[in-house]
Amino acid sequence: MIALQPGDCHAFEAAGRRFVYLAPSAAVMAIDDASAAVLDTVAARPHSRDELVAALAARHAADEVDEAVGELVRVRALARVEMPHRPAPKVLPLTPIPLATMVMNVTNQCNLSCAYCYEYGEDKIVQTENGTQPKWMSEETARASVDFLLRESGRVAHLTFFGGETLLNFKVLKFAVPYAKARAAELGKEIDFSLTTNATLLKPEIIEFLAEHNFGVTISIDGPRDLQNKFRLFHNGAGSYDLVAPKIKALMARHRGRPIGARVTLTRETLDVRRIYEHLTSELGFWEVGFAPVTSAPGRAHALGEGGFDEVLAQFRDLAGDYRDAALEGRHHGFGNVHETLGEIHKGASKAWPCGAGFGLLGVSTAGDVALCHRFAGSDDHKLGDVRGGIDRTAQAAFLDTHHVANKTDCQTCWARPVCAGGCYHEAHTRYGTTERPNLHYCEWIRGWTDTCLRIYGEIAEANPGFFRQFEATYEAPQPS
Amino acid sequence: MKHLSPVNDKARRVMNAIEPGAAPAQAGASLADASPKSSAEAGDVVALQQPRAPQQPPGPHIPLGCATIFSPGWEVDRTGGTAGLCQPVERDLFDCHFGCYWPAQVPDQLNHAPTWTGKCAAAQKDWRKIDLIFP
Repeated sequence: MIALQPGDCHAFEAAGRRFVYLAPSAAVMAIDDASAAVLDTVAARPHSRDELVAALAARHAADEVDEAVGELVRVRALARVEMPHRPAPKVLPLTPIPLATMVMNVTNQCNLSCAYCYEYGEDKIVQTENGTQPKWMSEETARASVDFLLRESGRVAHLTFFGGETLLNFKVLKFAVPYAKARAAELGKEIDFSLTTNATLLKPEIIEFLAEHNFGVTISIDGPRDLQNKFRLFHNGAGSYDLVAPKIKALMARHRGRPIGARVTLTRETLDVRRIYEHLTSELGFWEVGFAPVTSAPGRAHALGEGGFDEVLAQFRDLAGDYRDAALEGRHHGFGNVHETLGEIHKGASKAWPCGAGFGLLGVSTAGDVALCHRFAGSDDHKLGDVRGGIDRTAQAAFLDTHHVANKTDCQTCWARPVCAGGCYHEAHTRYGTTERPNLHYCEWIRGWTDTCLRIYGEIAEANPGFFRQFEATYEAPQPS
Repeated sequence: MKHLSPVNDKARRVMNAIEPGAAPAQAGASLADASPKSSAEAGDVVALQQPRAPQQPPGPHIPLGCATIFSPGWEVDRTGGTAGLCQPVERDLFDCHFGCYWPAQVPDQLNHAPTWTGKCAAAQKDWRKIDLIFP
């Protein structure tokens, strides 16, 4: 009889129940005692059907074991020993995927000089100071970019303004937004706007503009004064906290149409997730806080070393417990990283590419070059056309082919590949010099974090499943009060 | 399904793909395997000694040998059936193994799988103990 072993899945426990997360389908299934006993038994070593029946005879009848084995085999949570690996087929889109989001780098200049910045720091890709890209996007390029977005998008288009410091080129926003609205109306499409800013240049006129056009605003901020002032400095070395805090409060007071989020860069020296979260939500009033470990080549002073990722994970787990408690009571909690991962788990997202860069999302440089995303905008090596000539479909097809998760051998045996698919291209480029490599330096972190979120998902699914309605397409989010 | 229950939407779609209608209404099913077999036997080795093997569809079964040269008394009996074989059909395994000119049908017992038949003392009785070997 053929021996059975665990299949391509991850078993976990939540709220006293057992679950499996299946790869590559990303299905989450609750399993009963008999199935759990089967999986536990084969996890120790492979067992044949007869051995399983014998091993579990005290607790489960042979018929029950047979049935459980049959069901587990059919969903591929159990597999036969020595069965050759069957890779998921590599399916490439046959027709172009509509552009959903265009990130427009309106300038590559910045009034801060954060030491970890990927655009100006030691790991930069694009020659931002004396390169071929202009410092400021012109109105003409902005117009061509908007036309490009509305030409390539489906019914709904998202336009994100980015920098450098985006608001250094507020002039081009003032031009592009009304132009985009008018063009979208002519074409019968919907368009919305967002931007990322360091908040140093917010002033009443700008706040009014953001509120009037209902911008989704994300503010780059690292936390309370001492942490913010470690890296987010002006060119003269002065910290930016005291300048940005009152401006952020003024923005919150006026702009209430959409939730305002904070984006925190975590470094070795600013690793205090709970304190940062508490400060940004309670003191400054952010609705949501997202944390991202700094992108960095290994060995940089601010880089998170091996132990650093473990520490981030431990702190994330701690704060994620608060999110879970709030969710069980149906309350909002602003820990964006959990929220985002739960959304992906609920939908059962199984990614062929780690993100939409290169097809659903494109970055546009100040000159109008189209690139994978804003982090590559202006890099000749990662160019996918330009806004005037359109997307270079040959380059795009080659990109999708070479970056498919099926090409990433290391990922084929990882149960977390449906949510990760190898991780950020820019991170990989910084670490390994190529966007094609999976980010092997944070595999343990991704698996640990996905496991944490799966447990939370299981607990919420047991006690308050209605919480997940917000992740479904027809749901309308409540506005922050 | 009795032992597994879907939690997220994708799990419902997977179940509906396996057994149409198994999980409550979500769109998008199914490339279905239309003949559900929720038993461990679904993946078992099929042999003629079983009264009717679970993987075999009902209807006429025509036994076929492995070679173009017919070795009488092994594949079919003189009536064309399998009831009167002079040796059980499982004996074929060892015919290929020892006497046949086509050694690729069995594992390489010198190098790759020296203990392949270690648990099989008598082919008629013990053939199930011979495991599949994948190259």
